[in-house]
Amino acid sequence: MREASRDKWKAFLTLLPSMILIGVFVYGFIGNTIWTSMTDWGGVGSLALDPQKNFVGLENYVDLFTGFLGGGFRQDLVNAVYYSVMLLAGAVGLGMFIAILLDQKPKGEDVLRTIFLYPMSLSFIVSGTIWRWLLAPQGGVNVLPKYFGFEPLTFKWLSSQSAVLVFNWQDILRILVSFVAFALILTGIYMLRKDQSKAIKRLLVPGIALGAFVWLFGDIIPDALFMEEEHGFNLATLGIIMATIWQYSGYTMALYLAGFNGISQDLRDAAMLDGASQAGYYRHVAIPMLKPITISAVIILSHISLKMFDLIFAMTGPDNAATGHPALTMYLTTFRANDFAKGAAIAIVLFLIAAMFIVPYLIGQYRQRGRH
Amino acid sequence: MKKAFAKMLIVFAAALLIGAPQAAQASDLKGDLEIFSWWAGDEGPALAALIDIYKKQNPGVNVINATVTGGSGVNAKAVLKTRMLGGEPPDSFQVHAGQELIGTWVKADRMEDLTPLFKEQGWMDVFPEGLIKLIGTENGIWSVPVNIHRSNVMWYVPANLAKWGVEAPKTWDEFFAAAEKLKAQGVVPLAMAQNWTANHLWESIALASMGPDNWDALWAGKLSFDSPEVVKAWELFGKVLQYTNSDASSLSWQQATDMVLDGRAAFNIMGDWAAGYMTTTKKLMPGKGYGWVPSPGTSGEFMFLADSFGLPKGAPHRDNAIAWLKVLGSSEGSDTFNPLKGSISARKDSDLSKYNDYLKSAAKDWAGDRVVGSLAHGVAANETFMGGFASIMEMFLKSKNPQAASKACAQLAKKAGI
Repeated sequence: MREASRDKWKAFLTLLPSMILIGVFVYGFIGNTIWTSMTDWGGVGSLALDPQKNFVGLENYVDLFTGFLGGGFRQDLVNAVYYSVMLLAGAVGLGMFIAILLDQKPKGEDVLRTIFLYPMSLSFIVSGTIWRWLLAPQGGVNVLPKYFGFEPLTFKWLSSQSAVLVFNWQDILRILVSFVAFALILTGIYMLRKDQSKAIKRLLVPGIALGAFVWLFGDIIPDALFMEEEHGFNLATLGIIMATIWQYSGYTMALYLAGFNGISQDLRDAAMLDGASQAGYYRHVAIPMLKPITISAVIILSHISLKMFDLIFAMTGPDNAATGHPALTMYLTTFRANDFAKGAAIAIVLFLIAAMFIVPYLIGQYRQRGRH
Repeated sequence: MKKAFAKMLIVFAAALLIGAPQAAQASDLKGDLEIFSWWAGDEGPALAALIDIYKKQNPGVNVINATVTGGSGVNAKAVLKTRMLGGEPPDSFQVHAGQELIGTWVKADRMEDLTPLFKEQGWMDVFPEGLIKLIGTENGIWSVPVNIHRSNVMWYVPANLAKWGVEAPKTWDEFFAAAEKLKAQGVVPLAMAQNWTANHLWESIALASMGPDNWDALWAGKLSFDSPEVVKAWELFGKVLQYTNSDASSLSWQQATDMVLDGRAAFNIMGDWAAGYMTTTKKLMPGKGYGWVPSPGTSGEFMFLADSFGLPKGAPHRDNAIAWLKVLGSSEGSDTFNPLKGSISARKDSDLSKYNDYLKSAAKDWAGDRVVGSLAHGVAANETFMGGFASIMEMFLKSKNPQAASKACAQLAKKAGI
């Protein structure tokens, strides 16, 4: 007993320095940023040795989401969402596809693997500069067809002003509620086979009720803005998404390839003996087995997409609404407009979005471990 | 052989004799001097010439040229702020004269008052009184101006205009007429680059649309930003944008100027650092290789900005920094720097024979025209307004809604304390 308690004491002492450091340098600074975001630190005199800060509550956040001057930030937020989704689909899909091809053990597999992984070794600022040249209106990709005797392309990869999937920010609350209803119904249908009564009571009925409510009485939900403000998926971001996929599909490829190699040859032979085709083997055996890899790839990539900064900076510069990103806006608001409080508020919004991805994952992991 | 040796000795002794008084003049300052600026690339040689003068006068000082690239100082200013907040100021830093300096650093009590230096060097008499007012407050004078730039200039290539059968427009209506002609010939009427050059274009158009009196009233807080005058300025700006290149956001200002020089575009509105670029880098003769007029609707008006250097409180090598400021304000420094940089001297006694034709014309206008301050380059408004204005511009380039832009400006002005 005494031995055990001494061990515990030793363990605690060993961990103590890192606990203190993380407490100060991670949670302390997060706390400080939250505090800053609730003050009015900004404007004239904000760079004084001892600047004046007054507590203003959530005013900065309200301004960002509904204020007149927050339009740029809202566009950036919408860009970030589309950007994340496209990056995930592109990098995971392409990475998996290359991994499956390389898993067939073609000749020169090692060389190919190195080639595909190579873009990862470049820094974003370098790959951004390369892609900026490639996607210049009169260069690179656009003049490629000329070498095959066709007309050059005229698509403006980085400076297009057109947008698709446009919606009105006034409707954001309605859209969010419909989104929740849709998610509820979808999970309800999925759970139907497992636990019928629970699925109907907890998911389907509320989901359908919520959906019907928005559909019938949507007008009751207040507008988020007093005027129309349209945001959408800007075609100028396509170039940036391409560059990021180019850089990160090699990374997901490496993850999947390691996973595929880890599956025992016996299992594969067994599947083949049972009459599985190549496609069937991947579809029903290999890919489901690599679910943890998929999850961690999704989490890591969504974090990368949230902190995206240097690539966009190199490709389209700091001021370009069409390709803006909250992280860039945070930097410009803080260090160009001297609006430290609002910059902090943007940082916290990004922080919360990142937490939305990681916290459910951590909770899931924790529960799983608890069961063992 | 012996004779040659003796000759050499004499030459050597003579060199020593001539060199000796200069060596005696040189100061005995030691240590480092860190100069923080955004003058890299095409503006680098002008800064290097200044540093050469400084090194000759102060051979003991090790000059650290800390430049951070990026047009209009976008990146440099952010780096400077993190350094100042972290308690690590450079010895002297470049800043746009006017509200950008006063609204950010002077109001924050981070600068040293330079009035004693101005008095000691006799600068109170050589700099125009109006300029000293703009770089000072009632508590002091805050920076040494090294140059004056004009922002409302329209550039073109005379030979190209003759080829296309158009003339440089004096008003925006004339521009629209010429633009239709140019469009029909497949030429972009007005070349534009990334976002900050849109702000730059806006100020020239707004000045033309509302006139200098309203422009001054706007920044004095006497004319509201959602008044019809400002809405009209945004409308005109939106109309002009229809005649610009659609890949603007991916170009640097030099690339937009190149479009004019290559004959892909007819006009470009840019500050007169473009003249420096065309003369020094592109080796073109002012008046022949390129031509200029005040931007449409602003003849007789000189929209100015000035680069200046200040002395932050707590500069690690204060004496070296003061010696640097003395070089900047001297007529030797000023007349070495400005012809290379493509700007005019802020001093009244500058030696015009050293300047090219464009700069001579600018110097003449500086003396005679109505002078107004630039928004895009820090004279008219503080950084809170400038930062917010950049995002309003982003939204306008997308939405093209003059009403919304004016209203947003009004809100921003309230926040920035205008």
